[in-house]
Amino acid sequence: MNAAATRPGARRQSWRTRVRKNYQRYSLVYWLCLPILAYYIIFHYLPMFGICIAFQDYRPAKGVFGSKWVGLKHFLSFFTSDYCWRLIRNTLLINCYNLIFGFPAPIILALLINEVKCAPFKKTVQTISYMPHFVSMVVICGLLVDFCASTGILTTITTFFGFERTNLLNSPKLFRTIYVASDIWQQIGWGSIIYLATLSTTDPNLYEAAVIDGAGRFQQVIHVTLPTLVPLIILQLIMRMGQMMSVGYEKIILLYNGLTYETGDVISSYVYRRGLQSGDFSFGTAVSLFNSFCNIILLVAANTLSRKLTNESMW
Amino acid sequence: MVERKTPASRAFDVCNYIFLVFLSFICLYPMWHVLVGSFSDPVQLTKHYGPLIRPLGFSLEGYKVVLHNPNVAIGYGNTLFYVIVGTLSRMFATLIGAYVLSRKGFMFRKVMTFIMVFTMYFGGGMIPTFIVVKAVGLYDSRGAIIIPTLIATWNMIIMKTALQNVPDSLEESARLDGANDLVVLFRIILPVTKATVAVICLYYAVAEWNSWFNAMIYLRDNSKKPLQIFLREILLQNSQNSGNQTVQADADVSAIFLEELIKYCTIIVATVPILCVYPFVQKYFVTGVMMGSIKE
Repeated sequence: MNAAATRPGARRQSWRTRVRKNYQRYSLVYWLCLPILAYYIIFHYLPMFGICIAFQDYRPAKGVFGSKWVGLKHFLSFFTSDYCWRLIRNTLLINCYNLIFGFPAPIILALLINEVKCAPFKKTVQTISYMPHFVSMVVICGLLVDFCASTGILTTITTFFGFERTNLLNSPKLFRTIYVASDIWQQIGWGSIIYLATLSTTDPNLYEAAVIDGAGRFQQVIHVTLPTLVPLIILQLIMRMGQMMSVGYEKIILLYNGLTYETGDVISSYVYRRGLQSGDFSFGTAVSLFNSFCNIILLVAANTLSRKLTNESMW
Repeated sequence: MVERKTPASRAFDVCNYIFLVFLSFICLYPMWHVLVGSFSDPVQLTKHYGPLIRPLGFSLEGYKVVLHNPNVAIGYGNTLFYVIVGTLSRMFATLIGAYVLSRKGFMFRKVMTFIMVFTMYFGGGMIPTFIVVKAVGLYDSRGAIIIPTLIATWNMIIMKTALQNVPDSLEESARLDGANDLVVLFRIILPVTKATVAVICLYYAVAEWNSWFNAMIYLRDNSKKPLQIFLREILLQNSQNSGNQTVQADADVSAIFLEELIKYCTIIVATVPILCVYPFVQKYFVTGVMMGSIKE
């Protein structure tokens, strides 16, 4: 094949001939490619095509081709509804809290674990802190509902601080706090892995040099440890920025109820409730398309920013 | 490292250790609370509002009820089926996809890579996917849990990177011995990359064990539902009902006392397998996280 490619006439070979030659050499790959391609077309590209129902009054009985086209009707009715602002606000606020409190938490944990010199202790703390990551979302939310119930242990703890004994999860004021705090609890250990791994590659000579220069523990952290993490932190931060408009629906759906829609309902959970639960397929798809559109813009912006600042990008 | 320990440095160490022990305690306590609670006496447990250090009294009543609940047994069986069949078929498909993408001479490699990677950034969303799954006849079938999520593109990219790192010379020498593509894939390449295969299998298995959303929207028939769906009914849906309504006067009093205990026992029954396994496999997950972070 290499010989064929270097022959002067090779470039003039038609596309068809090249495919045929390539097929002769890689026939198995071609055949293996087909089922994979079929999977992607059916379960990823057909749904993308299905987004067109956002511009229709989709009726399952009539199908995508028989339903009436209505243009931007669903988008307009979403943007003019009271829900629109509430959903965008809740989605952004949950992400903001997550960014402010949830993002630094694993970094701080990694720095603290890195200061531990006793290896078995280090290992034990790490293994224990990974545990919540492996517990299923249903169980996590079951625990939260139980602990936040009016007889639950978290409620009991809050009564020590002078709060009334009520079901915490029925309080709109507390929903986002509980959501973000439990997220941190679940992900802090797991999130620290990537930072700890980067720290383990730090050159020990740097610390020795710092000690010779008279740097104390705290100064070593500030001047040696933290700078090794900075590129990673910037990259992770930018990737977070690209997800500011998306909140996973699973935990929201499990935790919220009619009393907490005001602060807990986010775009994705609303799509589920209106689209799948109430069967309003077209409207739900329109809201979801609006959300994807925002996500793509944020992602492209974040990626461009990343390329400018760190020379690293996702594509 | 020779280091002079100043008092401040010592004080920091002490605080650091205390903090990390406290954090570990917070991570462990909820499961401990549930474990201890599950062996407690139902009446004492319901009346107890604070933390639990050890069982309040002792009873196995909750476990009796849970293990006699047919749904728990059905759910367990189904979850095992989805985890085993799902992981094997997903791994197989992922491997095939990764193999296709890793063949450098394959003319459509770039196109295929684009087709697959594009789906990581943009998708049809929940509702169109639901319509497609319904249209291809998978609704309310076991296939609906496995087939629509057959390949996690991210895992496939990791697998592809591993396959690409297999030295060409290994493959070429096998070819000189007359091995065909399939033999090369399964006899030569796969054994070299088995660490990655193991990691991805674990990822798929744990994700399947914990997943519930697709089962909730695609399955109607109780006999096909996985454990997490029944868990949700026991843990979340009952409580939401009883939380909003006042307890009826004629309700069975002992059943009310059992409710909390049953919840705890169900959580233990459903979570213990994962909790027993994770300390031993977590190091593979850690390698997985690192593989994901390495750029090609």
